[in-house]
Amino acid sequence: MPVRESYLLEIREKAENAKDKKAAIGPDIDLSRYTQHIERGKIESLESLAMQAKEAAIMTGISLEEEQRAGSFLQVDQSVVYESLNKAYEGQLEIMSTTDALTRYDWLEEYFWKSVPVDQDKYTAQAALNMTHGYFIRVFPHQKPEYPVQSCLLVAENYISQNVHNIIVVEEGAELQVITGCTLSKNDAEGIHLGISEFYVKKGGKLFFTMIHNWADNFHVRPRTWVVVEEDGAFVSNYVLLKPVKSIQAFPVAHLKGDRASAKFNTVVYGLKDSYIDLGSRIILEGKETRGESIARTIAADESVIYSRGDLIAKTKDHCVAHLDCRGIVFSPKADIYAIPQLISHGALKAELSHEASIGPIAEEQVEYLMSRGISKEDAISVITSGFLNLDIPYIPEFLDKNIKEVIQVTSREAL
Amino acid sequence: MLKIEDLWVSIDGRQVLQGVNFSMDYGEINVLFGPNGAGKTTFMMTLMGFPRYNIDKGKIYFKGVDITNQGLHERAQLGLGISFQRPPTVRGVTLQKMIDIIANNGSDDAAITEKIEQLNLSGHLQRGLNDGFSGGEMKRSELLQLMVQSPELVLIDEPESGVDMENISLVGNAINALLGKDKVKDPKRGAIIITHTGYILDFVNADKGYIVFDGVLVCRGNPRDILSEIKGHGYRRCAECR
Repeated sequence: MPVRESYLLEIREKAENAKDKKAAIGPDIDLSRYTQHIERGKIESLESLAMQAKEAAIMTGISLEEEQRAGSFLQVDQSVVYESLNKAYEGQLEIMSTTDALTRYDWLEEYFWKSVPVDQDKYTAQAALNMTHGYFIRVFPHQKPEYPVQSCLLVAENYISQNVHNIIVVEEGAELQVITGCTLSKNDAEGIHLGISEFYVKKGGKLFFTMIHNWADNFHVRPRTWVVVEEDGAFVSNYVLLKPVKSIQAFPVAHLKGDRASAKFNTVVYGLKDSYIDLGSRIILEGKETRGESIARTIAADESVIYSRGDLIAKTKDHCVAHLDCRGIVFSPKADIYAIPQLISHGALKAELSHEASIGPIAEEQVEYLMSRGISKEDAISVITSGFLNLDIPYIPEFLDKNIKEVIQVTSREAL
Repeated sequence: MLKIEDLWVSIDGRQVLQGVNFSMDYGEINVLFGPNGAGKTTFMMTLMGFPRYNIDKGKIYFKGVDITNQGLHERAQLGLGISFQRPPTVRGVTLQKMIDIIANNGSDDAAITEKIEQLNLSGHLQRGLNDGFSGGEMKRSELLQLMVQSPELVLIDEPESGVDMENISLVGNAINALLGKDKVKDPKRGAIIITHTGYILDFVNADKGYIVFDGVLVCRGNPRDILSEIKGHGYRRCAECR
């Protein structure tokens, strides 16, 4: 049974009313520039992707062989070109496009546009009015697939607005790892990616979500993410942005609704060229004994501007604890970092909220310490910077780590 | 192995070393004594090539090579190594990572594992360098890194500072192992050790002792004799010797 037509109509109406509504933060984008629509056919395997797309996918951690993956989802421009579920995991989880899920499950109404407000701004409105798929992943109760599901949202053409709506449901007692790569197969592509993500972690469930963004100089990105975590559930997010982007603005929310729910955000951002990056995380602590942690590591090189935000909002009358750790290094005299941590307590008498935010250079003393062991200055800076960024993230391929080290070596020369 | 001629060094415009002459042979262990602020650490950091220590005059020759104008990591690659008194904390870089980088020259993995166990540092490998390390742990971590680096001349700044009595023997034995004193062969390793208390002399068989006073070497002799002189009279007579 599909989702009720009247509900979808209601969504559209709200979206219509918000389609010119500017976002509260971030530069305003003229969406009328991005009207190109390209339909693509299915592919048999990830190996059969065009060479450039293949390389782009690999750089976001996608395994073309699909070894050590529970399943795969690939969208190119506006078309879902590949979805697969590893046979070993049949009966444990399901993967399909959100469009298919909407026609199949009427209960999706409980999740679709239920956490991210459709009328938040013109980007949510556009994603609702011109939705072009996105993934739906559901792990069945108490199932714990050993390997992650991988998804890749790839843009291959100019003037595309890729408007995906992703939904993940981790049912009671289940666990899921997801690695998502959002990328371009053309380095000079001009366009926009609007990614709506609504994730639901049910009682005792766990979701480990890793997202690698590889964009380019002329590309805008406006993700809108909301994660609802129920009682004893846990959500861990690793977000990595190591390539230039024209502009990105996202402020994902983890809403800890249930008692003892927890959320952790690890954000790693390397600002290059004239990238405008406005990223953060917001944790709402509503259940009792909820826990939140938000760690952000940012480096601003070249002429990049980075806003590193973090909100911890306590709403429970019971005890809860959350910490924000936000550190930045400016590598270039033309780069800016704004660290904006915010702690808010709504009458939460027992809430323990704390933060530490700092912006400072790489300590010369540390570089010299490593040099005294026979390491060159460039290598010492690279090792310290990589350590600062804390790239020790599961399922990030080694070559990606190597690639960023090379970037660090080039961009860090101005730093000391 | 090492020859220093008329070395004058300043830090931020302040003259610290004022004409130091020094030489040592391969395999020698030399101990530096001296009151606080006399210039011992400056001497060591200058030898290692830290840029903050400005050489105004003089020459440093190591293994016959004039290294006066060589950089820090070049001197390390040539065979100089240092154990810091208070090494900096480097949070994101684990001790394991550091060992892997230093060992890149093809050191034997099994031998490194053995050293890690000897120094009781297995539990510290995944921690950031010196992050929350106690005094003894820092010294052991420094010596482990040096063992893997395997320099020909080791500069050790106050191996006993911040180390409890139990750990001093561990540190002392590690220094002996580092210098190859626990083996019959390996005669080439030399060391310069700064000590305040002299405790380390109970574990390490030093050849010569020096007193650094007001930026110059004022006294040379048997390290134990010098230590007992200092214990008896302090550094009062050093001014007269100068």
